[in-house]
Amino acid sequence: MNRRAIRAIVRKDLKVTMQNKGVVIPLLLVPLIMFIALPSLVGLMPLLGNIPDSDLAEIQLLVSRMPPTLQAEFAGYTPLQLLVVMMIVYYLAPMYLIVPMMVASVIAADSFAGEKERKTLEALLYTPTTDQELLLGKLLAAWLPAVGVALVGFVCYSIVANLVAGPIMGGIFFPTPMWLILAFWVAPAIAGLGLVVTILVSSRAQGFQDAYQMGALVVLPLLALMISQATGVMFLSTGLVLLLGAAVWLLDGALLWWGGRWFRRTELFGRL
Amino acid sequence: MANQTVIETHQLSRHFGTVTAVDQLDLTITGGEIFGFLGHNGAGKTTTIRLLNGVLAPSAGTARVLGMDPVVDGPKLRYHTGVLTETPSLDDRLTGRENLRIYADLFGVPIAKVSSRVDELLGIFELTERAAERVGGYSKGMRQRLALARALLHEPELIFLDEPTAGLDPVATRHVHQLITRLSREEGRTLFLCTHNLEEAQQLCDRVGVMEHGRLLAIGTPAELIRQTYKLLSLDLEVAAADLPLALAQLSRYSTLQVQTLNHEQIRMHGIARDAIPELIATLSAAGVHIYRVNPREPSLADVYFALHEEATR
Repeated sequence: MNRRAIRAIVRKDLKVTMQNKGVVIPLLLVPLIMFIALPSLVGLMPLLGNIPDSDLAEIQLLVSRMPPTLQAEFAGYTPLQLLVVMMIVYYLAPMYLIVPMMVASVIAADSFAGEKERKTLEALLYTPTTDQELLLGKLLAAWLPAVGVALVGFVCYSIVANLVAGPIMGGIFFPTPMWLILAFWVAPAIAGLGLVVTILVSSRAQGFQDAYQMGALVVLPLLALMISQATGVMFLSTGLVLLLGAAVWLLDGALLWWGGRWFRRTELFGRL
Repeated sequence: MANQTVIETHQLSRHFGTVTAVDQLDLTITGGEIFGFLGHNGAGKTTTIRLLNGVLAPSAGTARVLGMDPVVDGPKLRYHTGVLTETPSLDDRLTGRENLRIYADLFGVPIAKVSSRVDELLGIFELTERAAERVGGYSKGMRQRLALARALLHEPELIFLDEPTAGLDPVATRHVHQLITRLSREEGRTLFLCTHNLEEAQQLCDRVGVMEHGRLLAIGTPAELIRQTYKLLSLDLEVAAADLPLALAQLSRYSTLQVQTLNHEQIRMHGIARDAIPELIATLSAAGVHIYRVNPREPSLADVYFALHEEATR
């Protein structure tokens, strides 16, 4: 592997992507909403106005439907603390995962389909890089910033959650072990999934928008996870999150193996 | 590499579905040569470049480029080839210097030499002053020059230039012509030049090949192609005005010649074989005709090109 060439591809793609306002604006806005605005809103909710007793009762009803191990975790929480924990620790967890997936998808779409659209791919394909180096460079150019944003976002989220909800919770309560696994195990895998799917789609897409829209379908399982939690069908636990991460990593590996088999510049040139 | 075979193809073909882009191409190019590849849009020139660089797999046939098989040794081969693509294929969002630096890394230019090589090429192509600006703001000519600089970054032995002077003004075109000549004559590099500019091809190329619908119609030096295509020439003759009737009388003996008097001292003859010119001049001279000027009117490469094209489409 020619690491210098791989670094050059990563550097090129990052520089080019960061010059594209259409890419950078959502990359900044979405994490700001997810990691700063939403936890702030949840933490400040009790201070902004009285929460109706009916809402608190609903939360307690939801907890009563949870598995006994989870119920034990919530034992001793006041209704208000329960609301904060449910929102910040559980309901927003799938939304957190949307960010690395989105960042990876946007950059990958710009990097592959966008490059085809801008007619800059041909010169790159004439370089002495191997197909594997080219693929790895492109993958890293999207994966590294996605994981970076997810980890920085996790730190921001932790700070905001403790700042705004700490007084209600009686001190530092975040991150929980589940969130640590989510940030360091699941988020990188989810970023990988977003970008592998987008790259697979990009090879057949006409341009950036086309690739991004088709690649965005991969977010559906995360939405399903959110709905499952909100309706009490399923709850994220440390064990489940570990399993989820393993499953996504396996899926990444399988897709990468499959994609790597057809990722040949000779095929790409046939479609240019 | 001078005088060694640099490119050799045998029955090289590439099909896209039912369309044949390159059809059984047999080609041999030697080191240090400037080879012109001529043909209309869609004739198969760009596909041939792709096949010879191992970025496109052939449907049939074989190729050896710099002693390597492009299909198997593509990455290794591309360290030794430079390609100027038909569209400059530059990153508009990067500066001129950034474009070159990134490709210097991709082509494995030694790290210690990257800055000096980039600066050198920016200087050669007169882009130093605009090197820090984004390429999106460059004119078409500047982009073409930057793309040319990129193709030469790693000092390749074999250079493929697809329409190198497209969009350049006359001064820049002349500059590129001088560069091509220098790369070949002084540095011994081999140039594979795809062009629509037939005058350029005639002026620069040692040999040319004419493509039509993926097939190589003819190959040879421009002079050879002209001779092969046009067996008979036209000849302008300037004689002493007093000798004009004598000259016309002498020429009337050649039944195959069409003779035309242009003015009181100039004659134009059509249908004379190249080899017959010395004998004809000797005959006139022996008859006492004073000859001041002999001007064979040879067809150009453009005439050959259009003749071949017409013949192929007939």
